[in-house]
Amino acid sequence: MINPLRSEAEAYRFLLLTVGYFAAIVIATLVFGRWFGFAVFVALTVAGLVYLVRARRTEPPRRVAARQGSEHVRRILVIANETVGGEPLREEIRRKSEGQEEQVLVISPALNSPLKHWASDEDAARVQAQQRLEASLQRLRELGVDASGEIGDAEPLQAMEDALRLFGADEIIISTHPPGRSNWLEKGIVERARERFSVPITHVVVDLKAERETRS
Amino acid sequence: MSAHAEAHAAHPPTAHQSSRVDAPTLGMLLFIASEIMLFGSFFTAYFFVRVVNEASAWPPEGFHLPVFVAGVNTAILLTSSFTMHWGLQSIKRGNRAGLQAGLVLTFFLGLTFLLTQMLEYSRIGFAPRDGAFGSVFYGLTGLHGAHVAVGLTLLGFATVRAFRGHFTLEHHHGVEIPGIYWHFVDVMWIVVYTTVYIL
Repeated sequence: MINPLRSEAEAYRFLLLTVGYFAAIVIATLVFGRWFGFAVFVALTVAGLVYLVRARRTEPPRRVAARQGSEHVRRILVIANETVGGEPLREEIRRKSEGQEEQVLVISPALNSPLKHWASDEDAARVQAQQRLEASLQRLRELGVDASGEIGDAEPLQAMEDALRLFGADEIIISTHPPGRSNWLEKGIVERARERFSVPITHVVVDLKAERETRS
Repeated sequence: MSAHAEAHAAHPPTAHQSSRVDAPTLGMLLFIASEIMLFGSFFTAYFFVRVVNEASAWPPEGFHLPVFVAGVNTAILLTSSFTMHWGLQSIKRGNRAGLQAGLVLTFFLGLTFLLTQMLEYSRIGFAPRDGAFGSVFYGLTGLHGAHVAVGLTLLGFATVRAFRGHFTLEHHHGVEIPGIYWHFVDVMWIVVYTTVYIL
């Protein structure tokens, strides 16, 4: 959702739109009557709300926090939700950290329904994310990977940005479900992350359904 | 040692900031959100009074609103938003004189609006005690007038600072935030003028 009052220029544009909005309602009411004016009010209000909710701000790539720690250590930031325990992701992390000292930070966003998000009812989502994360970290450590993890913001881009501020990563791995089943791919999270962050980004697809079928 | 512990040991970490809006702007946005709720309660009272009077004429008999004068006042306030925007665009191009002129013009246009409203009150012919309409009219327009007064105070500080050379091409946050507030006050007036005076 876009905030129309985030800067003076945007607030000024919002004022002009407000003038146009009320002018249209007044003209419709005075010329065609009260009910026509009401219809214009409803139509413009719905259109305005839909625009505000769907509109996305385009932002230039932002600078990532400077590297912290040893030059010889490769820092990898992994962002994954339900796919955090997937085999392809573990394999990719293992491959990238092979033959060199590495530090891996796994961020698992606490995914929640919109209603629960707005009601700040996120305890259950955080507990589930924590359980998935711990299981995944355990397996990574068994593979010899120096991994730590955190629960992140429900919005994956925000979770990545928050993590980058404290963990100067050399690269990011984003793990998603396959196309058609991934909400993140639907929202263009990988493309938007590439636009926004100036570190290399690898996209790993984890098909949990296929993994389960293979096991059984 | 964990990644975080090592990062902290090297030097203090960058301030953790969940929001991409800087703190002063976020403060102003939260303040404006509370103001919207405040105005919302006054509008609720206004529409309640209006709906329960649906059978009779609106405004009720004996009340006449100076629509034309208020319209001119609306134009004055909208012009003040334009001068505010022009002033800020000027400093963004490094033009300090433009910022100073923009702020002075905005201040005096806002003052003209407020004085005109006071003049309107003195000649309107009814008082807040004259029934529900009188109360709700003075409540809404008075609430807005109080916001214009607050906006003028903010603009006054910004204007003095502009003449003291506090703002530059890179640093003009002290004008940006009063600018957001001023446009918000104008938006609220458009709502008040349309619903109370015209429709």
